[in-house]
Amino acid sequence: MLAVTIAGIKMKTPVMTASGTFGFGTEYSDFVDLNKIGAIVVKGTTLKPRPGNSGRRIAETPAGMLNSIGLENPGVEEFLRTILPKLTQYDVPIIVNISGNTIEEYGELAALLTVPGIAGLELNISCPNVKEGGIAFGTQCHSAAAVVEMAKRNTNLPVIVKLSPNVTDIVSMALAVEAAGADAISLINTLLGMAIDIHKWKPVLGNVVGGLSGPAVKPIAVRMVWQVAQAVHVPIIGMGGIVTAEDAIEFMLAGASAVAVGTGNFINPKATQSVAEGIKEYIEKRGLSNVNQLVGKVNV
Amino acid sequence: MPKMVVEAQVVSNVEIGIQVKELVLYAPTIAASAMPGQFLHVRVASVTYHPLLRRPLSISNVDAEAGTVSTIYRIVGQGTVCLAKLNKNDIVDCMGPLGNGFTLQGQRPLLVGGGMGLAPLVFLAGALCPRPTEVVMGGRTEEEMFWAPIFHDMCSNLHITTDDGTLGSRGVTLDLLPELLQTGKFDMIYTCGPHVMMDGVAKLAKDYNIPCQVSLEEYMACGVGGCLSCTCAANDGSRKKVCTDGPVFWAEEVVSC
Repeated sequence: MLAVTIAGIKMKTPVMTASGTFGFGTEYSDFVDLNKIGAIVVKGTTLKPRPGNSGRRIAETPAGMLNSIGLENPGVEEFLRTILPKLTQYDVPIIVNISGNTIEEYGELAALLTVPGIAGLELNISCPNVKEGGIAFGTQCHSAAAVVEMAKRNTNLPVIVKLSPNVTDIVSMALAVEAAGADAISLINTLLGMAIDIHKWKPVLGNVVGGLSGPAVKPIAVRMVWQVAQAVHVPIIGMGGIVTAEDAIEFMLAGASAVAVGTGNFINPKATQSVAEGIKEYIEKRGLSNVNQLVGKVNV
Repeated sequence: MPKMVVEAQVVSNVEIGIQVKELVLYAPTIAASAMPGQFLHVRVASVTYHPLLRRPLSISNVDAEAGTVSTIYRIVGQGTVCLAKLNKNDIVDCMGPLGNGFTLQGQRPLLVGGGMGLAPLVFLAGALCPRPTEVVMGGRTEEEMFWAPIFHDMCSNLHITTDDGTLGSRGVTLDLLPELLQTGKFDMIYTCGPHVMMDGVAKLAKDYNIPCQVSLEEYMACGVGGCLSCTCAANDGSRKKVCTDGPVFWAEEVVSC
């Protein structure tokens, strides 16, 4: 009833985790049965280890939060050596979110991660918190397409492209990555934001600006999913402020074939599970036979 | 021990100092396994998204028999304003016990706490009883020293400093340490409070060759090591997660001195 297949990746539920909010998955194993999550998208991984940004990294905002972690991660080698073996003990698709400083690095990462135990790759071309790479690739159609082509040339795994909302025209970005070979599109990454401490007259975040997430961004995310769904043929993974099943259903009606819980994990560590259960109840109540019947069904 | 998320019931939530309250929660599964130095991660607004994030609160006491855990907090911002409004029998969404606690290896321990940093040391002092524990506590003024009667029965000696000299000796906790450490009677130092204080305590501990643990505080989102909001630079060049590698660290891991 809840099973979906996204770009060939079979999932027991349409509810995934959003990269950067769920660590490598095992951090949450005391709270949720990882085997029952649609797919785990792990913390953004880079070629070399990264210490991330210094100074304060998060700021709470109305119904949301800003973060400027800066892609702190142990690097791809360490991920493959010590983290992946722990993850493969679970019966859940593992999707690795990758981020490169250059187009070539996306290719290298894609090749290194094409190993048993990894179900797919998510290209992070939308991180707002790093100086090189990240969002620089995700705000221009030609560079986004180049990253996708490079990754596709270096792997036979499904390639999901995570889009940034910090663009003038999300649809043209989606069309560009689809044309370049993306197997699925995930959106949205965080919106660039800022908070100021009025007592100190200083930015709250050490990095000055950061990415806004949480319920505050949901209407923007739903709108972007809906717009992109009108234009592309590849499946869409919708995310941005999902905390409840109702939120997730909105995304699916807008055109998402699967969804991801991000900041919602911080509020409720069992959110992936409760969202999936809530979707099941909803489709039963509506007399539907499976979750795919919701996708894109909003009547405009 | 597994971490849990439970619906905890408020037993009491009373003022124990100016703008300071003690929240006692009925959470038997957390109470059964909590160690001094660990913390709760509490959703303060259960039906709204304002504030959105949970609040990490150090555990200041546990009554395993009664199934309760307590936390002492100062009302300083949105989150604690919400907490302060909780009434008896209200239900609170509470994760815990999170993080790593203090080692209990000290046989002749010295506890050094400043301001609200004294909260986790209450639980620690109780766990170390009846060992000959001495406590150095500091605050700005007498009004902030509501801690004194709390620690009184759990330690053999209580040293108090206030910035303005209204209670105990005038000055800060660090002023008292050299004389205390010279006696050579302590085999372990535990400290929690402002960074500058903990840095100073760690440095003196090193000078006197006494093992020292510090308890750090950082802004946190997930509390379980998943978001990396709270990481700090460690002396070995790595990043440590305050939530899961800490909040209690050996001083030499995270304090540069």
